[in-house]
Amino acid sequence: MDKKTNPIYSAEMFPTDPDVLVKVEGTCKKFCRDLKKSLWYGAQDIANELTPWTRNAERHANLRPEEFWAVNNVSFELRRGECLGLIGRNGAGKTTLLKMLNGLIKPDKGRIEMRGRVGALIALGSGFNPILTGRENIYVNASVLGLSKKQIDNKVEEIIDFAEIEEFISSPVQTYSSGMKVRLGFAVATALEPDILLLDEVLAVGDLKFRVKCYNKIDEMRKKASVIFVSHSIEHIGRICNSTLVLNKGKTIYYGNVSNGLETYSRQSDSIDHKPFKKNFPPIKSIILSTNKIKYNYGEEVILLVEIDTNEEIFINFRFVIFEYPSRIVAGEINSIGLGLPNITIKKGSQKLIMKIPALNLKAGKYTIAHNFFSLGNHLISVGEAKNTIQVKGSGIGETHNQIPIVSCN
Amino acid sequence: MKLDRPRITIYTPESSLTNPLKMLRDMCFDVYSGRGLALRLAIRDIKAQYRQAFFGILWALILPLANTATWIFLNRTGIVSVGNTELPYPIYVFTGTMIWAIFMDALNAPLVQTTAAKSMLAKINFPREALIISGILQTLFNGSIKTILLIAILFLFGVYPDWHLILFPLVAMSMVLAGTTIGLLITPIGLLYTDIGKGIPLVMQFLMFVSPVVFPMPTVGWAAKIFEMNPLTPLILTARGWLTGMPTEALGSFLIINLVFFVVLLAVSVIYRLAMPIMIERIGS
Repeated sequence: MDKKTNPIYSAEMFPTDPDVLVKVEGTCKKFCRDLKKSLWYGAQDIANELTPWTRNAERHANLRPEEFWAVNNVSFELRRGECLGLIGRNGAGKTTLLKMLNGLIKPDKGRIEMRGRVGALIALGSGFNPILTGRENIYVNASVLGLSKKQIDNKVEEIIDFAEIEEFISSPVQTYSSGMKVRLGFAVATALEPDILLLDEVLAVGDLKFRVKCYNKIDEMRKKASVIFVSHSIEHIGRICNSTLVLNKGKTIYYGNVSNGLETYSRQSDSIDHKPFKKNFPPIKSIILSTNKIKYNYGEEVILLVEIDTNEEIFINFRFVIFEYPSRIVAGEINSIGLGLPNITIKKGSQKLIMKIPALNLKAGKYTIAHNFFSLGNHLISVGEAKNTIQVKGSGIGETHNQIPIVSCN
Repeated sequence: MKLDRPRITIYTPESSLTNPLKMLRDMCFDVYSGRGLALRLAIRDIKAQYRQAFFGILWALILPLANTATWIFLNRTGIVSVGNTELPYPIYVFTGTMIWAIFMDALNAPLVQTTAAKSMLAKINFPREALIISGILQTLFNGSIKTILLIAILFLFGVYPDWHLILFPLVAMSMVLAGTTIGLLITPIGLLYTDIGKGIPLVMQFLMFVSPVVFPMPTVGWAAKIFEMNPLTPLILTARGWLTGMPTEALGSFLIINLVFFVVLLAVSVIYRLAMPIMIERIGS
């Protein structure tokens, strides 16, 4: 818990991995507190940018009066299929980092490498014109996000369907409710099929039903992409991420797995705007995850054993993630909401929960298993990892993704 | 599903001018890939503009007409004494203000378009050149409406243009070229400091008085020198000449000035491109 960095993630381990879609090395960005100075520095920066052969550019790297580092020496890597949660208090530099990744602003130091198409769900509905109809705005918005007319023609019905606004599609957008605008914006943005997906607080909007739909859509996009997710919500982070980067005043204070990241974040947030987050949040007193065996053959059934002790009766959704060991690449995932499974009832007191994964279709190697439990309102109530790693033998290739598990309680 | 070949993008602090060839290639790519977006944005703005206005297209005519009326009034009453013009003065001033209006549209477009797209620029990465192209398309669209109305009014006045009229789109486009070049030049600083936006009308008012828009070309004195040095003079003279069937002999300087403006426009586009990330960082959302 005390270790600030996780050696598992050191960049040297995977020097030329083609699946590394995002590579950030020692990136810094400075901002200015004073507006007048900021504008003047801006004019200077433009002059420097146009005269790269002069020595002025070297001064670029140092802080001028009233400037500070908004992002300070941040490094990380992200592979396809992974989701990094970017957390930190207001002003920690999350959005600035996201803007650099998106190519909106340039880093002052360091290097950022992005492989593939970048999609950003940041400003939903940017470029909407209030006077034009929903359909017209779909075309404008999708062009801004980089789709051609032909691509939009193919997707427009799908977008309207997803946003659930068929009957208003020919009305001007200024007559829409704010929720409808957001739905339309999200629907357009999801038509992108990006390799790298940047999400900034997008899940904080919309009604519950639409939010669940968004989760599922993001889950679906995530399989083909790397995701960077900015949120203040520990539930959301726990729900979709498999690693976290905690920022404080621009600096990385933790980079590693989700449960430690969330704990670092909640410790740092005191109790001002967040309730302290505990690994086993009440109503769960204790929880232990284990497997029936250590060694498995390819395609064999796996039995997960969850020993759980609760203060009250609860209803949960669950998500299990299987990581390759020690690289922590996501190998498989089982997600009850994604599968459309009903909630599980867990009675008050101590009990055992048994879940059978019908076939472990993983290539030979070592793996760890992590769990996330969510309450009915989709609040994360428990995060944890099995103590032991498991080993898979056999020559099969493939992934264990969203198989219907058999759940029983006793 | 179609798979694009993975495009690797690298962001570093160095100025992209350190690798000018790559920068030019990227710029051409952005202009090319942004063409659909530019058209889409132009259609969006034109639709919105006319959908919310009762008089719609007539607005393109109302302002120059009002302007013309003012100058005819000033001239008739003798408050301002305008010298003799080859054309009847009302036609002289009306054609002048119409041509000037196209130029001003083009000049304002880059700053107006970029400022209006501020929040989009701060959040979405899209080819920013599309904003400028969209501005040009809108100016051209509004300019063609102005031109049609202008020709219709000329017929009413009894001025019948000759075959030179078919050349008019060329000169109208060079007005747009000149306007866009100047407009784009001031955009980077204009985004940072609002002083620029406030100062433009002032400077442009002066520029109009030293161009053959409402005053005829003076023939003697320092005023004549200023008129001659003004790069817009040959453009406006040529435009009016081709419109009214009285072509001028300013053709040589007309071509040279177009060439100069074109080269300057390319340089200014590079400045705009390089300055954009810095401006986005300073203006926030």
